[in-house]
Amino acid sequence: MAVELAIKDQNREVALFVGRATTLFVLVVLLLGVLILRLLDLQFWDHDTYKSRSDDNRTRVQTLAPARGMIFDRNGHLLADNQNASSLALVGERITDLPQTVSLLTQLLDLTPEQQAEIQGRMSLNRRADKPLIVVDALSQRQVARLAVNRHLLPGVEVVNQLVRFYPYGEVAAHAVGSVRRMTLDDLSTVDPIQYSATSFIGKRGVEAFYEEQLHGAVGYQKVERDALGRVRQTLDVQSPNPGQDLRLHLDIELQQASVKALSGKRGAIVALDPRSGGILALVSEPAYDPNMFVSGMTAKAFSQLSSSVYVPLFNRAVNGQYAPGSTFKPVVGLAGIATNTTSWDQTIDDRGSFQLPGQERIYRDWSWTKDDSGGQGLVDLNRAIYRSSNVYFYDLATRMQIDDLVRFAGAFGLGQNLVLDIPSASPGLLPNPEWKQGVKSLPWYPGDSVNMSIGQGDLLATPMQMALVASVIANRGDLVAPRMLASISNGAADTPQVLEAPVKKIGAETLTAEDWENMVRAMGDVVHRGNQGFRGNGTAWAYIGQDIGYRMAGKSGTAQVVEIRQGEEYEEEQLSEFDRKHAWFIAFAPAENPTIALAVLVENGGGGSSVAAPVARAVLDAHMQLQQARGASGRDLEVVAR
Amino acid sequence: MSNTDFQRTLSPYDAAAASGSRWYFRLHIDPILVGLLAVVVAFGLVVLRSAVDGNEALFAAQLQRLSVAFLAMVVAAQIPPHFYLRVAPLFYLLGLTALVLVFFFGVTVKGSQRWLEVPGLLRFQPSELMKLSVPMAVAWYLQRRTLPPSLKYTVACLAIIAVPAFMIGRQPDLGTGILVFGAGFSVLLLAGLSWRWVVWAILGICAAAPLIWQFVLEGYQRLRILTLFNPESDPLGAGWNIIQSTTAIGSGGLFGKGLFQGTQSYLDFLPEARTDFIVAVIGEELGFVGVSFLLTLYLLIIARGLWLAAQAGSTFGRLLAGSFVLTFFIYLFVNVAMVSGILPVVGVPLPLVSYGGTSAITLMAGFGVIMSVRTHKAW
Repeated sequence: MAVELAIKDQNREVALFVGRATTLFVLVVLLLGVLILRLLDLQFWDHDTYKSRSDDNRTRVQTLAPARGMIFDRNGHLLADNQNASSLALVGERITDLPQTVSLLTQLLDLTPEQQAEIQGRMSLNRRADKPLIVVDALSQRQVARLAVNRHLLPGVEVVNQLVRFYPYGEVAAHAVGSVRRMTLDDLSTVDPIQYSATSFIGKRGVEAFYEEQLHGAVGYQKVERDALGRVRQTLDVQSPNPGQDLRLHLDIELQQASVKALSGKRGAIVALDPRSGGILALVSEPAYDPNMFVSGMTAKAFSQLSSSVYVPLFNRAVNGQYAPGSTFKPVVGLAGIATNTTSWDQTIDDRGSFQLPGQERIYRDWSWTKDDSGGQGLVDLNRAIYRSSNVYFYDLATRMQIDDLVRFAGAFGLGQNLVLDIPSASPGLLPNPEWKQGVKSLPWYPGDSVNMSIGQGDLLATPMQMALVASVIANRGDLVAPRMLASISNGAADTPQVLEAPVKKIGAETLTAEDWENMVRAMGDVVHRGNQGFRGNGTAWAYIGQDIGYRMAGKSGTAQVVEIRQGEEYEEEQLSEFDRKHAWFIAFAPAENPTIALAVLVENGGGGSSVAAPVARAVLDAHMQLQQARGASGRDLEVVAR
Repeated sequence: MSNTDFQRTLSPYDAAAASGSRWYFRLHIDPILVGLLAVVVAFGLVVLRSAVDGNEALFAAQLQRLSVAFLAMVVAAQIPPHFYLRVAPLFYLLGLTALVLVFFFGVTVKGSQRWLEVPGLLRFQPSELMKLSVPMAVAWYLQRRTLPPSLKYTVACLAIIAVPAFMIGRQPDLGTGILVFGAGFSVLLLAGLSWRWVVWAILGICAAAPLIWQFVLEGYQRLRILTLFNPESDPLGAGWNIIQSTTAIGSGGLFGKGLFQGTQSYLDFLPEARTDFIVAVIGEELGFVGVSFLLTLYLLIIARGLWLAAQAGSTFGRLLAGSFVLTFFIYLFVNVAMVSGILPVVGVPLPLVSYGGTSAITLMAGFGVIMSVRTHKAW
């Protein structure tokens, strides 16, 4: 019976199985149909979406930074170069444990505690976790090698190679050329963010800042294929960046070096101009800083040292230092007297060493005054008043002049305004007048203000740049050519550089004759060259610089008081603190008959203009004359296009 | 009954098989099924060639494994079905014992305790054997009972299936657990399990879903299910696999980017490109046409397998062969559905194509058994 049942079941079970198998096969077909529909969904209906998603995965458009234009001096010496540098960059989103990464990097690269803190700080401020952020600059070959070996331990750590600025002359040209600095988010808001998308450095000071647009160039692009870890597998398409334009400056780096040497570590500034073109031949401010530090990166501590030093090395004294010009202002007052017919070259006064305004007790003293009233220059005309630097002559002259006439005349020389074409940050100094005094001090203009102003004291302030321009105008016999750094601009080697024309303004065209200018030049020449005539017959600077000189130089010394010396007291240098001592000035040009250079020297708290500043000026002029002579043979100097 | 009457009941295929007139009948091999399998394997090797991205060693290792798998198939085909019937309970108990051993002494790989190791000798996954032994045990159990199974027998079968499936799922190896359960359950379905019960069970599971979610699923499993519905919620974490695999398939379009041209896999965006996600490589490089071709091959294998199963001489043979075919389908469906983003990510390879040996050997051995139950007609 069991066998019978089994046979019976067998037939029924075969039928049952075939039925079930068929049903399940239909189910299989249906489910495969679902898969097919899903595939159609992905590969046909939504294909475009996934296609572009795959392409986005695969390719990235990277921006390429343009090479920054180079900066040359007038003779083709490279002042600002681009060099290859390796930097350490971190990609925030790929770093899981920043403290651990930093400690590993510290082991590998021997980072200082400051650098570690710097990395943590920069990473915490970073807003783009997907982009590499440069945290350590200027890696050595050895450091790069160590990073490469340990790459697998350091996800999100990259070595970025880029061109960075290099200033071969370092401190020497720092204030003249300026510097670039790593861009900040604030910087990005001031420039075209597309053009600067690959740029790390932006011109922050000097020429680098003013000609940023020309130097920067245009951004390039490349399309690259990257894998899931972000590594570039291949480059698909490149649109090269356009390098920035090269600049040629009027600056003469050899003269600049000589100027730095002439200052020999003294705090101060030198500005030398080519009076014919307005070109700035030298622009020195000491102490200076190494602009390369802004590129290779410095610690916060180093920067705070630099920025908080009492000697303010970051401060550009040449264009931003405002000082009382002292006696260097006297040629301007003298010419104003001639121009306004207040005096003539023949008119004389008797200088007894002191001056009093009618009905006033205050005594205005000559620099040669002594307590026993034995000072004074005796009988002085304008010529003698310049080479002896008589204060009394100019006290008298100024009180007889309309103050507005004097201010207007001085203003034409560029005092009280910034005439430099490409240093917009240069300070305007201060040329006071009655309206200014009423407005700022709520006091009327007293005759005593004119007396003080006549010898470049009182409220009058000028920068070394402005006083160099004064020297340049006199050197040019009245022609004012606005100063500028840039000589020409070029688009690569093939193009002929675009040379800039210099605008010229004539001062005192209707009131001063050529003879008047020659007389002033002669008087300033006497400051240097008139010697062996006894103390009251020699030029003030003769004893210091007037001997053994192979060319004729014209100059004017100035010694500017920083603190007021009380009535009846003498200036005792030893008793004054370092920053209260007098500033030493000297303005000069040479050769006097056909000047090719005009300059101003300022030595902060240096003491006497003739004794301290004049030798510096002489050394710079000597260097210039020698360089001119040496180059005259080889004809390397920049052609003059001003006139 | 004359001899000729008897012969009429045999199909020409059976007659040929019975006479042993062809080499493949003597070898107990079905040439159509073997041919289809060979085409799938060859197709898989071509795709793998691209997916290994020049790694010759991996490619050679896979060739070696597939050779072993074919050998396993041939060997399995030689063994007569009654032998399988006899060893089924023993086989099942051995498997269960191994699973218990894994629970206590297993080796943990990638956070999952699946492997049993005899140091210096061999290392294997008992769960892989259960894919064969569970359906064998269910078929053995039902062989001696009348079909369709009564409620009592059904519950007994479910117990046979659920115990190992649950143990495997807790390893945790949800993918294999599902396959083992599917393999055993497909026997019940083929045996005529009442559709009404099936519907009730599905409704019951749906009702219990919140409890399962809360108490059964592990945190990462829940995350995988959530990710399925919104991969963009965690594009770099849990959603990465799905986003990258759907992107790979979708970007392939109708005809694909061309063999060896798949950027998603070549640039390492696609995870597990050689193993579980290889269908994304096919989709990307060979497009809709390539995947459809493969799915068609699979469908033909299933059709042929079921046909062979229906020809088997015993209930045990039919159920066993049929369930292997359906298990094969569950493999491919779960895998393709997972990679194309309609099922959560579970570790199930694409049968005969994914890199990796164990599942290929098990599957081919299963096909060997199918051919055995068909060709050993005498039993």
